[in-house]
Amino acid sequence: MDAHDQAQAFQKALLRGDRAAARAVLRDDLEGGDPVAVSEAVVVPALERIGASWETGAISLATLYLSGVLAEEVVAEVLPNIRPATGAAPSIAIVVLEDHHVLGKRLVLSALRSAGHAVEDYGHGLSPRDVVARCRAESPRVLLVSTLMLPAALKVRTLVDGLAELDPRPALLVGGAPFRMDPELWREVGADGTGNNSADALRLVRSALEEGPR
Amino acid sequence: MKPPMTPLERVLTTLRYVEPDRVPFFLLLTMHGARELQVPLAEYWRSPDLIAEGQLRLREKFGHDCLVGAPYAAADVEAWGGEVIFRDDGPPNAGEPLIADVEDIRTLQPPPIEGNPVIAATLRVIELLAERSHDVPVVGGLVAPFSLPVMQLGFERYLLLMRDRPDLFERLMSINEEYCVAVANAQLAAGATAVGFADPVASTTVVDPQVYRDVASRIAARTMGRIHGGVALNVASGRCLEIIGEMAQTGAVAVQVGPDEDLAALKHAAGGGVALLGNLNGIAMRHWTPGQAEAEVKKALAAAGPGGGYVLADGHGEIPFQVPDDVLLAIAEAVRRWGVYPLDWADPPA
Repeated sequence: MDAHDQAQAFQKALLRGDRAAARAVLRDDLEGGDPVAVSEAVVVPALERIGASWETGAISLATLYLSGVLAEEVVAEVLPNIRPATGAAPSIAIVVLEDHHVLGKRLVLSALRSAGHAVEDYGHGLSPRDVVARCRAESPRVLLVSTLMLPAALKVRTLVDGLAELDPRPALLVGGAPFRMDPELWREVGADGTGNNSADALRLVRSALEEGPR
Repeated sequence: MKPPMTPLERVLTTLRYVEPDRVPFFLLLTMHGARELQVPLAEYWRSPDLIAEGQLRLREKFGHDCLVGAPYAAADVEAWGGEVIFRDDGPPNAGEPLIADVEDIRTLQPPPIEGNPVIAATLRVIELLAERSHDVPVVGGLVAPFSLPVMQLGFERYLLLMRDRPDLFERLMSINEEYCVAVANAQLAAGATAVGFADPVASTTVVDPQVYRDVASRIAARTMGRIHGGVALNVASGRCLEIIGEMAQTGAVAVQVGPDEDLAALKHAAGGGVALLGNLNGIAMRHWTPGQAEAEVKKALAAAGPGGGYVLADGHGEIPFQVPDDVLLAIAEAVRRWGVYPLDWADPPA
């Protein structure tokens, strides 16, 4: 099987919730190879396609969530070396601003970790001030913010103002229902980008890390 | 010339798939009443008198065809003793999940309705609205048994419970069903014309269509069968085109549908079995010009208005506090201008 077929097989195994098959695909592909290359060629494309399938309504949020968790677990088991060494400062942070709906954050977290990114989870229910304090102390290069309700999404503006005092500041990527339903909202609140699903998050993070400090 | 219908006549007529005098419209405004009365939201939420007064003033201002008797969704976890976080710019939000350990479901009991201050406050709002407005539908509301666990457990643990613990899932559904039936019937007894049944987890955005067919629709139908009045299903902006036929079988009189979906396709798929409410985009509405508001209203009326079976509304079930009055006035004006039957200006949907 070529990488494309492997990615498809991995995707199908994840969607079926078939842990043994998902594990087998990665193990087959890894034989004698580089774990990072396996992640790039098999895991990331599979996760991107699954994320896009939710966007089009082809799969449900429940399936997206369960397949994401499975991917994260299987990758941690079969490709443990794609993660940066313990102790290295994560360059990516994620948080739910102001509310307690954590599923969106969890979906993105699973996808990023499965793709080999070390991500610091700042948790949920944090105020803009709390988030700025964490960023000041830990200097992430990318900050992902998840929101469910419009008032929390509008509070991103306060967060942007606080982050502007940091030099360098993290790239700020936002997501969640308000940003999906109003495609211009991310610009209005001053974020650097927005995504509708975990596939978008993977792409945006990759590009923000390539761009370098702000 | 016939006198105009009352809002209640208008709504009841369209629910039968008969064209009333004009398309009814619901502005589901749970927070704007506070602004109208110039009181902070925190004070507003705690006073049934203020909420009822706010609802009546909003109807006077915009002329829509309903009154909202259920102030906020998180009340359905607050009534169980769950944490609710109040804020000054939006609806109260459920805080940390009510159930710390899923094993606690074995001994969980629904809260008593009588003497529960949260439920009593909602019932008082409904009583006040019903006393003061006889020809306008008063819409109560509750979170459906299948969706309540998002606030009871958190979304993630609920999805895992559904997959891994069918025993505890079924028990939780049966507890929630008892609660929902009791609350809905208390709201109807207090004077609600119908109740909204918020079931976003049932949408195909959240669960697979087969899960709706096998599980969620069964729970919804069983619950609605015990509610002594009209029930309007709401999937809070989720998708439901694929399951609208099954939704019609639950006993719901209407389904509120989200802005992501094709209203004409939904109307066709509903096949006259259930009326539709929707599907204006409440988030985008914040920026609409009067011209955009008119265009969006016309688009929705043309898609779903002909033949009745349609109430114009937002697609979520709650219009954000940040939507300005000018937009709401423009929507109201557009419905009055373009929603008068017959809708001769509208091309029949393909």
